[in-house]
Amino acid sequence: MSAQQTGSPVVLVVGGGISGMTAALEAAECGRQVILVERSPTLGGRTALLYRYFPKMCHPTCGLEINLRRLRANRNVRVLTMAEVTAVKGSAGHYEVTLKQHPRYVNEKCTACGDCARAVSAKIRNPFNYGLDEIGAAYLPHAMAYPPRYVIDPSVIGTPDAQKAKDACKVGAVDLEMTEQTLTLNVAAVIWATGWKPYDAARIQPYGYGRFKNVITSVEFERIADPAGPTGGRLLRPSDGQPAKNIAFIQCAGSRDENHLRHCSRICCMATLKQTQYVREAYPDGGAKSTIYYIDIRAIDRLEDFNAMVHADPNVAFVKSKVARIALNEASGNPVLHGVDTEGYHRYATEHDLVVLAIGMQPETDGIELPDDIVRDSSGFIEGSTSGGQFAAGAASSPLDVNRAVQSATAAALRGIQVIHRAAGAERAEASHG
Amino acid sequence: MAEMKTAAYICTGCGLGDKLDAKQLAKVAQREGKMALVREHAFLCSEDGVATIRKDIADEAVTHVMLAACSRRMKAEAFHFPDVAVARANLREGVLWIVAEGEAHDEVRQEMADDYVRMGCAELKRLKVPAGNPNRADSRRVLVVGGGVSGMTAALEAAEAGYDVLLVERAAALGGWAGRLWKRTPSKAPYAEPQDTGIAELAAKVSSHPRISVRLSSTVAETSGAPGRFKVQIAPLDGAAAEETVGAIVQASGFAAYDLAKLPELGGGTNPHVVDQAGLEALARAAGGGPLKRADGKTVRSVAFIQCAGQRDDSGKHLPYCSGHCCATSIKQAMYFKNADPDVDTVVLYTDLRVPGMGEDFYRSAQNKGVTFTKGKASAVEASDRGASVKFRDLILDEDAVVDVDLVVLATGQVANAGVNLDEWTATVTEAEKGDEAARKKKDELQKISVLNMSYRQGPDLPQLKHGFADSHFICFPYETRRTGIYAAGPTRRPMDIAQAVEDATGAALKAVQAVENAAQGRAAHPRVGDLSYPIVRLEGCTQCKRCTVECPFGAIDEDEKRFPVFNESRCRRCGTCMGACPVRVISFENYSVDTVGAQIKAVDMPDEFSEKPRMLLLACENDAYPALDMAALQRRTYSAFVRVIPVRCLGSVNTIWITDALNGGWDGVMMLGCKKGDDYQCHFVKGSEMAHYRLSKVDDTLKQLGLETERVVTHEVAITDIERLPKLIDEYAAKINEIGMSPMKGFA
Repeated sequence: MSAQQTGSPVVLVVGGGISGMTAALEAAECGRQVILVERSPTLGGRTALLYRYFPKMCHPTCGLEINLRRLRANRNVRVLTMAEVTAVKGSAGHYEVTLKQHPRYVNEKCTACGDCARAVSAKIRNPFNYGLDEIGAAYLPHAMAYPPRYVIDPSVIGTPDAQKAKDACKVGAVDLEMTEQTLTLNVAAVIWATGWKPYDAARIQPYGYGRFKNVITSVEFERIADPAGPTGGRLLRPSDGQPAKNIAFIQCAGSRDENHLRHCSRICCMATLKQTQYVREAYPDGGAKSTIYYIDIRAIDRLEDFNAMVHADPNVAFVKSKVARIALNEASGNPVLHGVDTEGYHRYATEHDLVVLAIGMQPETDGIELPDDIVRDSSGFIEGSTSGGQFAAGAASSPLDVNRAVQSATAAALRGIQVIHRAAGAERAEASHG
Repeated sequence: MAEMKTAAYICTGCGLGDKLDAKQLAKVAQREGKMALVREHAFLCSEDGVATIRKDIADEAVTHVMLAACSRRMKAEAFHFPDVAVARANLREGVLWIVAEGEAHDEVRQEMADDYVRMGCAELKRLKVPAGNPNRADSRRVLVVGGGVSGMTAALEAAEAGYDVLLVERAAALGGWAGRLWKRTPSKAPYAEPQDTGIAELAAKVSSHPRISVRLSSTVAETSGAPGRFKVQIAPLDGAAAEETVGAIVQASGFAAYDLAKLPELGGGTNPHVVDQAGLEALARAAGGGPLKRADGKTVRSVAFIQCAGQRDDSGKHLPYCSGHCCATSIKQAMYFKNADPDVDTVVLYTDLRVPGMGEDFYRSAQNKGVTFTKGKASAVEASDRGASVKFRDLILDEDAVVDVDLVVLATGQVANAGVNLDEWTATVTEAEKGDEAARKKKDELQKISVLNMSYRQGPDLPQLKHGFADSHFICFPYETRRTGIYAAGPTRRPMDIAQAVEDATGAALKAVQAVENAAQGRAAHPRVGDLSYPIVRLEGCTQCKRCTVECPFGAIDEDEKRFPVFNESRCRRCGTCMGACPVRVISFENYSVDTVGAQIKAVDMPDEFSEKPRMLLLACENDAYPALDMAALQRRTYSAFVRVIPVRCLGSVNTIWITDALNGGWDGVMMLGCKKGDDYQCHFVKGSEMAHYRLSKVDDTLKQLGLETERVVTHEVAITDIERLPKLIDEYAAKINEIGMSPMKGFA
């Protein structure tokens, strides 16, 4: 089943989030061979860590399940997790790609029975809850993890816990001798679906993230709202575990700011509008208030309907203001927001019990070396490649919402197929002249 | 096909062998399930286990395999036997992990497992390996309707992937709206200046591409057929239509600008110095980079741009949505003035300036050029000596203000050219069929605005989602289409700018290419991609009731002259809604039918009335409810061991005979678990769950006839995330059944 063994030209997709899965599946469902490489132990990416999508308020795992079913049903895609691309050489149609695959310490015999997890007592920060809680060091990343295979964290290798995991596994799936592997692949085209990461909130110094416990980011708020998250879906603030009922959302946290991210991250307005509805959902009787501090509300096309709906919600207030700084009320643990409401120029100092920073989208590859021929824009988003056979898909190309990321990934799949078509044409031409 | 030979494999791994009596399961498979071959294996998904099965297929001529192991969602890679029929009894997630621990539960745990083995065997014997739709056809040519930037892009991208394209454009030239622009908003760093549109070059490429055939001044007079074999009548404006065969269609029919004349309060249609953005482009083209002159020839020294003109409107008079591109377009147009003469006053009145992504750099560039941005809402534009006087509320200073300018540009919105609204169409056709003359006339009028003129039973165009756009309702699947093989792209799908239209058209081209490849192989399209089963209808039993043709969410079924259904398999998405709808049960799939499920319902061992062991049937949508049950099991949540779960393709495929049969057979209740319906539906087959709810609303009568309590049959909307809620729902239901008491129907079956 390995795409490499068939001899057919292969499209390599880097990144197993919704964009990468989409690009891989769309190309595979056109009959093409695809290798999908993901750095973490599971596919799903950042959307798997969202509670709901705007504007339908539906669940990302619903679409993930469909994509996983497409994947299970399709023999054209080979998935490599815990693997990173370290080098790409060559030209369109003929790339040689080097991968580094980290040890999972659990092989494909794993049945996801969970015996190893029950045997291991060490804990690690849970990367799938942005470190908000802990998870056992032998773990299944989340309920929808794919492959549905446990991972043993490298931190316990060499400790008695590792041996306990091995002893607990009845099917011989725990392999403590696994080492880092280097793989070489020959592919025709490369689709970079490497996605985004939240901007480092601590760098927005005046907002006190990291210093004030009750200042969190929008991605962390997603986990807190999610019943599968660290608080079981209850909107509890970090400092004292008390319910948050007067929540401030600060827009453009890092975005639209030449000191941080010069671009607008596009999704944050809609994400905040959506999150106000989490507050509404948690307190159906309207016992909690959301206040949005914004510059412009960017709710484009029919998403405007959602904006209008939230504007009509009496428990949501809008303040046109770039918040200048946040102070702490030591007694209550409440953050106090300082700034000027530009509609009428009023100064304010407003206390909230929780602040959510609508954190900007930074390319995941920012700060990572990419192949020489990759062209990036001033914010680090990938525009394409000079060799013509490498493309970006989804949030690697631009700050995009899920819908547009999927659109972009579908387009990227076609671009990959075009490379194969051209290379085949060139080979035919060569053969007929040879 | 070779004679059926069945084999059952009982896995004893993952603790199954510890908690369940595998010998007993094997006995059930052999004696009751009548399996020809029964094997136990300690680790069925291992290389050795899989090799055992493969060997039996090869050496023992096994054609039907029943795997009693884990959930069908697990180990799909290992249990891949494409040449034989496979049924799976879910003993791990369905029994072992969800039945409470302890010896007290040993009996019910074993009974549950026994039943799943019975059900798996019963299903297996009714399965066939699907051979693929026999009415497949392999036209790989793509029809693109529309020659604007979206259509040209779709055509070129499909052609560059090796597919022939037929491009039809109503106008006499390619280019569309983008072709009438002076410049476009920038698509590349540094995002500082308006950029050449590149439309002439694109049109030249399209026109000269060896794989693309362009038909100008032409429209689509009729579309019939199915993916791989669409027949389209291409009608030149001045000649007779000619038939062409295509495999898939990209509808890039674009948009119309919202009518300026509908905004008289803003001077639209009344003041010659008030133009829309298209009007400003015409002035810019005339100026050719020099100072812009307005209609009366006067050089414009001051200009005001009014954003959201007739958009984001909550009065119900204008467009409620935002067209997305207009803020950047106004910035670009303000730059036309500033670049020709930095002294021209340019002010943009906006409520929210919407330039996401790198548009922010473009916005900055405009600010550096001295374009003024004022947060304000215009209330009126009146004629003035200078040209036009704009009254607005300054939202920053919180006061009324006036600006007097030479020219006003109204940023009006995009209105989709998406053809006929099908709801309106259906209502009109219904009236017309009753003989209503006005309705007949209206139908003719509607037909005139149709883009595709489809001969489909359910109407001539793509269904629209909201505000007249032919968009997908799915966040994760923007190209989900309700007319298989036909994909909307560009501003007919959603308001958008050129950059997005190019991406959208490229994506739509991919889907068109994919549709022809799937159709050629007789396989289903998304979301059941690769499914080779297809609806088979036994027409001799059909009563022409038309339910299937009406209920099919994808318009896959037409009607012939005698009102018999005509299935277009390549249009079908295999959800089974037709099968659920059919009152005489003549529709089936080779691997999913009234029988495959019905046999499972009948296969369970029904304890007697005095056993205190009720049996509840759970019909669970395989897309959301079933995975949620699996995940509940993964977390070792428990629920009643008296339920028996059967996954269904969609709740829409549930035929009420299953419920009747279950109740007649002594089941104590039936619980159906489907996806959310309504405006924000989450059903993957659009209206499957809605149809199911509708059908089940009629089940109450059946229950009453049988003398049963209506509470025995319930339907719930569940989401895939209801991992905690679902076991509770089941237990509450089980408690309710317990309260009502055992069914009096037991023993009569």
